[in-house]
Amino acid sequence: MRKDRWWLCVAPLYVFTLLFVLGPALYMVAVSFATNRDSGYGFQWSFTLENFRRMLDPVYLQCFYQSFQLAFTTTAVAVLIGYPFGYFMGRLSPRGRKILLFLIMVPFWTSSLIRLYGWLIILQARGIVNQALMGLGLVKEPLKILYSYPAVLTGMVYALLPFMMLAVYSSVEKMDWSLVEAARDLGASPAKAFFTITFRLTLPGLLSGIILTFVPSMGLFFIADILGGNKIVLVGSLIQDQLTRGSNWPFAAALALVLTVMTSLMIALYRRITHVRDLEGVF
Amino acid sequence: MNQIQQETSQEKELNKEEKPALLELRQIEKRFGDTRVLKGIDLTVEEGEFVTLLGSSGCGKTTTLRIIAGLEEPDRGQVLLEGVDMGGQGPEKRNVNTVFQNYALFPHMNVFQNIAYGLKIRKVDKEEIRRRVTEILALVQLEGFEKRMPSQMSGGQRQRVAIARALVNNPRVLLLDEPLGALDLQLRRQMQTELKRLQKKLGITFIYITHDQEEAINMSDKIVVIRDGLVEQAGTPSQIYDDPRTSYVARFVGSANILTGTALRVRGQEGILEHASGQAGFRTGARPVKEGETITVAVRGETIRIWPEKHQPQGLAGVITEKSFVGGMLRIAVALGDGTEVTVSRHGINFDYDAGQQVWLEWDPSAAVLVDREDGPGNVPGSGDRPGPVLADREDRR
Repeated sequence: MRKDRWWLCVAPLYVFTLLFVLGPALYMVAVSFATNRDSGYGFQWSFTLENFRRMLDPVYLQCFYQSFQLAFTTTAVAVLIGYPFGYFMGRLSPRGRKILLFLIMVPFWTSSLIRLYGWLIILQARGIVNQALMGLGLVKEPLKILYSYPAVLTGMVYALLPFMMLAVYSSVEKMDWSLVEAARDLGASPAKAFFTITFRLTLPGLLSGIILTFVPSMGLFFIADILGGNKIVLVGSLIQDQLTRGSNWPFAAALALVLTVMTSLMIALYRRITHVRDLEGVF
Repeated sequence: MNQIQQETSQEKELNKEEKPALLELRQIEKRFGDTRVLKGIDLTVEEGEFVTLLGSSGCGKTTTLRIIAGLEEPDRGQVLLEGVDMGGQGPEKRNVNTVFQNYALFPHMNVFQNIAYGLKIRKVDKEEIRRRVTEILALVQLEGFEKRMPSQMSGGQRQRVAIARALVNNPRVLLLDEPLGALDLQLRRQMQTELKRLQKKLGITFIYITHDQEEAINMSDKIVVIRDGLVEQAGTPSQIYDDPRTSYVARFVGSANILTGTALRVRGQEGILEHASGQAGFRTGARPVKEGETITVAVRGETIRIWPEKHQPQGLAGVITEKSFVGGMLRIAVALGDGTEVTVSRHGINFDYDAGQQVWLEWDPSAAVLVDREDGPGNVPGSGDRPGPVLADREDRR
């Protein structure tokens, strides 16, 4: 192949991206400024800001607040569980690592929706958790765990934890442990060596884990729908609702646009604060 | 035997007048899995000495160093620093610093932060840190490099930063684990001189690891030859070179020729070796030798003279098998009657003999020294030069 034809190889990728990512995104932006038909299906191409104005309604603001709040909490819990897990996994023997990697992968063979129904069974009134608690005599009546905030949080953390663990693991695995020995040799206690050396050098992994957890948790509406009943309405479920039952495409597009912009702003802000140039795996 | 040693060390402790050695290792043993890496290392290091641990890869020298640093705990034995038992004391509690083989510079810190790390941990005053880092950078000739990141430096420069980072803490002992291993030959030579200069200037005790015998001879006050987890011989470079105690040491340091034969006649310090290819004089050192005993002697290539034919009673007959010019010396391989190969070295490339020619080898009796036999006590046969599994193990665990 001639050297100046190399772009032919990547051209299909660009075409695909333009057609199926950038195209729909621009269409969404356009639709968000269109006017909804009062009755029936569809919308008119007449410019309006009504869709954005409507979002200022406290009901919808509450929805955004809940979404961000849940995303933050999910990410925080994932960090607290995922970092130690990824760290110890990275310190295991190569054999131990392989086994754990395999165990992390196994659930992905099943659809996430089906696994979510598994949680439904575990958390329901006569589910395993309640039976165990009652069996141990800790509670007399079954607890109402399902359709509550903790149930939603559990489901979110469960779904996103693997990404955090793997992101942390990938940077712990690359750690040069002689650096920790050097720190100890220079007088650092084990804790001091961890925070000044290990933590600093595995930070890129943790930060990409945070993004890999935070961004999807903004959109995972079906977990809140299934495990939260109708108590927690996230922007995601609102968009879905407007597209289907509400049949208000312009409003759905406006919600999606605002969500995308806000998430992007969060990432930009976050990267500015952390000064990390090379995140593992993302961007 | 052990009891006697214990008693003498107890006596030493009772005698408070005597200052304890700066560093003392007593019967250090260590195993990794099924491999016994150290089998009872004894070592005494005095203030201001440049001590080299010399041995082939896998002999246990790096493990010894790590035990001194506190990065590894011995299974048995004691490490005494200024007479204080360091057992159970982590590396951060020992006034000893290490220059790691791969330098182990912190990649997220610049040169200044790397060097200041130890001082910062010990909460030294900011101004004082600045002063000492600047001073040490001048000492290793890296002025103005404070803001550089390790990734922006050459191997030789990183090496200097690693040395500065350790030295700035004023350790009682500086441990160096093959610090010049990754450098090219010319830079190596230059750094050898520089390290020696630094050590002299600062008066800090250095324990230096290498498998390069020339490096050991050039730099050390004392060489400790380690083989298969035991100290094979310790002494000044000239003691090690001129009076190797075992055939292993003779071969490892200056690659001497080893000959085995029968002691024919012993008169005072000198004797005659009866070999399949003739007779040759040897020096007994201080060892008792009985006539008729099977003995091993070491003789260095540069002390052997080549003659076309026998012209005095003592000498060995052989055939030249090969000639090569290496490192400014002509090396001539000679096969003796029993198949033993002897290497003769001489200066210059002028040499009148050809391969296949019969020759006669001679040396002064003082040039050949009696050594312990390869299979003598304390030696495990055939375990010498092989790169043992120890090093491989260690690298796996990283």
